[in-house]
Amino acid sequence: MIYLNSFIFCGIICLIGQIILDNTKLTPGHITTIFVVIGTFLDAFNIYDKFVLYCGGGALVPITSFGHSLMHGAFASYQSVGIMGLFVGMFDLTSPGIVGAIIFSFILSLIFKPQN
Amino acid sequence: MEKTKYHDLVSKNMPKENKVLNCFISFFIGGIMGVIGQLLIDFYSTNLNVSTKEATTFMIVTLVFIGCLFTALGFFDKWVKFAKCGLIIPITGFAHAMMSSALEYRREGLVTGLGANMFKLAGSVIVFGVVSAYIFGILRIIIIGG
Repeated sequence: MIYLNSFIFCGIICLIGQIILDNTKLTPGHITTIFVVIGTFLDAFNIYDKFVLYCGGGALVPITSFGHSLMHGAFASYQSVGIMGLFVGMFDLTSPGIVGAIIFSFILSLIFKPQN
Repeated sequence: MEKTKYHDLVSKNMPKENKVLNCFISFFIGGIMGVIGQLLIDFYSTNLNVSTKEATTFMIVTLVFIGCLFTALGFFDKWVKFAKCGLIIPITGFAHAMMSSALEYRREGLVTGLGANMFKLAGSVIVFGVVSAYIFGILRIIIIGG
């Protein structure tokens, strides 16, 4: 069941992105940025947690989950440290994606040459 | 030629894309990406005996690695051109943006090229994510109270 949910949820998010891409002049960069902002907005009011609960991986794969985990990390440390926690814990949960992308793209760009 | 006439001419001669087909393809590919994410979470949590939260991090690292590797090998660009948002919106799109700018600026040197330009495409995601998380965080503290 969770597989069907993740298929539908992730599909619908990509579908919304595609509709925006086709009907406006926005570039893919704009669209990923918009989706990150939407993710932080939904997580600020605890809506995104429900998506993660019902859709599992389908809610964690799209870029909206990047905003969700930024917000989540910031708030987890807000509850333990106070107002400065927003600065301390912002990247707590997002770091695997960012660090992974930096390290892999650094190493691979040393090995491979651009194709075109 | 006047500007408006020129724009009319350009828009008339632009190749028309099939929007319905595009939407269907990105829905389908995006859905498959979601299922792959869930499969990886299940795989890691059963085989490595870790909690779902840690399995999620492993899943994200795996997908980022796949996105980087396929971009470096050269065929991810064609996939993105075919699937469009189906591969841009998932975390592979973030990896693809980082990897392609890293490959492109590699020839300008390690520090001034690769190091300075790696976040050229993907940086906006991080900047706007952090700024909006900060603003919405403050709003949430004011409205809900933590």
